[in-house]
Amino acid sequence: MAMQNGSSQTPWVRHRRHSNEDVQEASKANETHLLVNDQNKYRSMLVRAYSSVWMIGGFALIIYMGHLYITAMIVVIQIFMARELFNLLRRAHVDRCLPGFRMLNWHFFFTAMLFVYGRILGQRLVNTVTSDKVLYKLVSKLIKYQMIACYSLYTAGFVWFILTLKKGMYKYQFGQYAWTHMILIVVFTQSAFTVANIFEGVFWFLLPATLIVINDIAAYFFGFFFGRTPLIKLSPKKTWEGFIGASFTTMISAFVLANIMGRFQWLTCPRKDLSTSWLQCDPGPLFRPEYYTVPKWFPEWFPWKEMAIMPVQWHALCLGLFASIIAPFGGFFASGFKRAFKIKDFGDSIPGHGGITDRMDCQMVMAVFAYIYHQSFVVGQNLMVETILEQILMNLTLDEQQTLYMKLGQILNERMTAQS
Amino acid sequence: MQNSGSQTPRIRHRKRSSEGFQEASKANGSHLLVHDQNKYRSMLIRTYSTVWMIGGFALVIYMGHLYIAAMIVVIQIFMAKELFNLLRRSHEDRQLPGFRMLNWHFFFTAMLFVYGRILSQQLVNTVTTDMVLYKLVSKLVKYHMIACYALYIAGFVWFIVTLKKKMYKYQFSQYAWTHMILIVVFTQSAFTVANIFEGIFWFLLPATLIVINDIAAYIFGFFFGRTPLIKLSPKKTWEGFIGASFTTMISAFLLASIMGRFQWLTCPRKDLSTGWLQCDPDPFFRPEYYTLPRWFSQLFPWKEVAIMPVQWHALCLGLFASIIAPFGGFFASGFKRAFKIKDFGDSIPGHGGITDRMDCQMVMAVFAYIYHQSFVVAMNLSVETILGQILMNLTLEEQQSLFMKLGQIINETMTAQS
Repeated sequence: MAMQNGSSQTPWVRHRRHSNEDVQEASKANETHLLVNDQNKYRSMLVRAYSSVWMIGGFALIIYMGHLYITAMIVVIQIFMARELFNLLRRAHVDRCLPGFRMLNWHFFFTAMLFVYGRILGQRLVNTVTSDKVLYKLVSKLIKYQMIACYSLYTAGFVWFILTLKKGMYKYQFGQYAWTHMILIVVFTQSAFTVANIFEGVFWFLLPATLIVINDIAAYFFGFFFGRTPLIKLSPKKTWEGFIGASFTTMISAFVLANIMGRFQWLTCPRKDLSTSWLQCDPGPLFRPEYYTVPKWFPEWFPWKEMAIMPVQWHALCLGLFASIIAPFGGFFASGFKRAFKIKDFGDSIPGHGGITDRMDCQMVMAVFAYIYHQSFVVGQNLMVETILEQILMNLTLDEQQTLYMKLGQILNERMTAQS
Repeated sequence: MQNSGSQTPRIRHRKRSSEGFQEASKANGSHLLVHDQNKYRSMLIRTYSTVWMIGGFALVIYMGHLYIAAMIVVIQIFMAKELFNLLRRSHEDRQLPGFRMLNWHFFFTAMLFVYGRILSQQLVNTVTTDMVLYKLVSKLVKYHMIACYALYIAGFVWFIVTLKKKMYKYQFSQYAWTHMILIVVFTQSAFTVANIFEGIFWFLLPATLIVINDIAAYIFGFFFGRTPLIKLSPKKTWEGFIGASFTTMISAFLLASIMGRFQWLTCPRKDLSTGWLQCDPDPFFRPEYYTLPRWFSQLFPWKEVAIMPVQWHALCLGLFASIIAPFGGFFASGFKRAFKIKDFGDSIPGHGGITDRMDCQMVMAVFAYIYHQSFVVAMNLSVETILGQILMNLTLEEQQSLFMKLGQIINETMTAQS
């Protein structure tokens, strides 16, 4: 049985404080008592299932509440992830000699937050306050100077870091500085892309996230029942049977879920501002079902003669493929990292699963892919038009925008008449 | 100026510089005459390489935007090579064949990503004459992001698959180190190249200010240096710092005026050609005339002075170059002390490696770009200039698409406000 819970956990019991179950498992030196081993396996599955149900339930509730709340949830997850990771390679006795050094981490965290969310939500914030003239001017000015404000904050942190370098601690401080940057980059890249995707339509956040969860759960169950051949030395609990079974499950669910999710305007419409009210929009050609007649070679008992497939379902297949093949490497990376630095789990917030980073490792890789996929294939991004549009909206007042609009309209009309 | 004293304890990377050996052999600075000879000799070597560097640099500026960008790419490659070699341990590397290739794979991916984004519009404009090439290039530009991501993921998967038992910590550290290096090297070069194509002025002025600041600090410290500035860099002094600050700010004001007269330096380059450049000068570079107050003009022959608006911006750049940019140097010094290295490399005699020269430039380049984007470009934008941009840079379809999107957004804003 490839599920060697007891033996693989024993050598590195280091961070677990709350879970008595692990102490029990650690006390069994190896798995000679098959009955106890089986009981532990089922018990650990129950604990995991219990926390999974809570996580999925809470998640579904937030999706229902809307874009702004999902963003808030992501921000909260980020803060906890960053805290877990900041604490990881910190050495308490060294830190006592460096007062205020931990503040530096949070200063950079705050700067990154301002930078990332300022860029993504800037335009939407402006759209939210259009009713109030004073607030509109204030917010527009803030957005305009956002980049230089963030840079000043970063430079202030940089100078502060250099001024607080203490002799004999240089290596530790530089190590922490580099580590802080790496953490912030990892945490913020994925959350930035996730939030950007959310405001393009909750669908583009919900589908990838759900696929990862399904992939995880399916791999667990396939491995639980059929697992025999180990997949990779890094994660001894993963098996080829689990991997392949989960791949098929993920791709089929991607196809089906895209259809289900695509029917709700709450999920498919982009959100242009920061309100939380109901959303109405034209779904766009991606979510309009196209009818295909079932080809003749399909078996007779297949009840449908023609199928309604939304174009988005083909995109969902690509997302599913990535989620099953590449996204698990995020998990392998995290496992390798934990082995390299001899840590059991990133934290212990979630019983049965470890810390928040343990849950988010595959999600991070998927979120980045989902955003890049969306920008490249779904939106068909035209960089030049977007940048000029952004310039117009950021730097011109409403009257100037209208003037520009009228002049451009005139010129285009002249061109059209000249051409015809 | 404690040259020999501070260099002795940490001789580790110096292989070729014979001068370093000479100084190392003197245990402390008790022989004042030899000490003086060494000080002057080291200054001569530094001056010699400085002259060569400045000369080469001036030549490349003369040759144009594309060659400057090429020079920056070459500098980048050398910097990355120096830094990759720094924390590498050769006996571990022998057990990991192909691991060094991974570094260069990520380097190539970063190069594609950064220069693809910055130069995409310029590239498209260069090949507008050839229909086939235009279509090809447009497609490449469209799928640029996903191509770079695919390359990065390939490297990521390759890294995980080549993780070897008992080498995990070394490999993960190298991975993180590679990312840090690439971020540091590419951020500054990306912003530098972006600035170059906005007009060589916005690259040349900040770079020159850093060089002036360095040289002025050296000279002021050489002659007047007495009070140490910061424990990290024992050679720096307050006299050098303050003298250099004044020199930098005055030169910023004057140089901006001199550089602003050349269209070669002030015009933005819209494509990747290397030919002559003509453009309508920016309002920043048009001199405005201020009448001098009466007490001033009684002493001096000038009745009014022509100041370009860009000179005020140059003062801000000068202020940053003298106050904040030296912290880039302190960071590099602290880093070298933390990891017990003498210099990043030894390519340049008297100065160390390329990273030693570029440490302050990196901080300045980022600031110059951000300053330019926030204060120069933004101030320039008016209905006329944006309209001009739209008509010049977009195809007819793109203009129509912009028109429709803008119409939508304005409508939404109007309904929200009413």
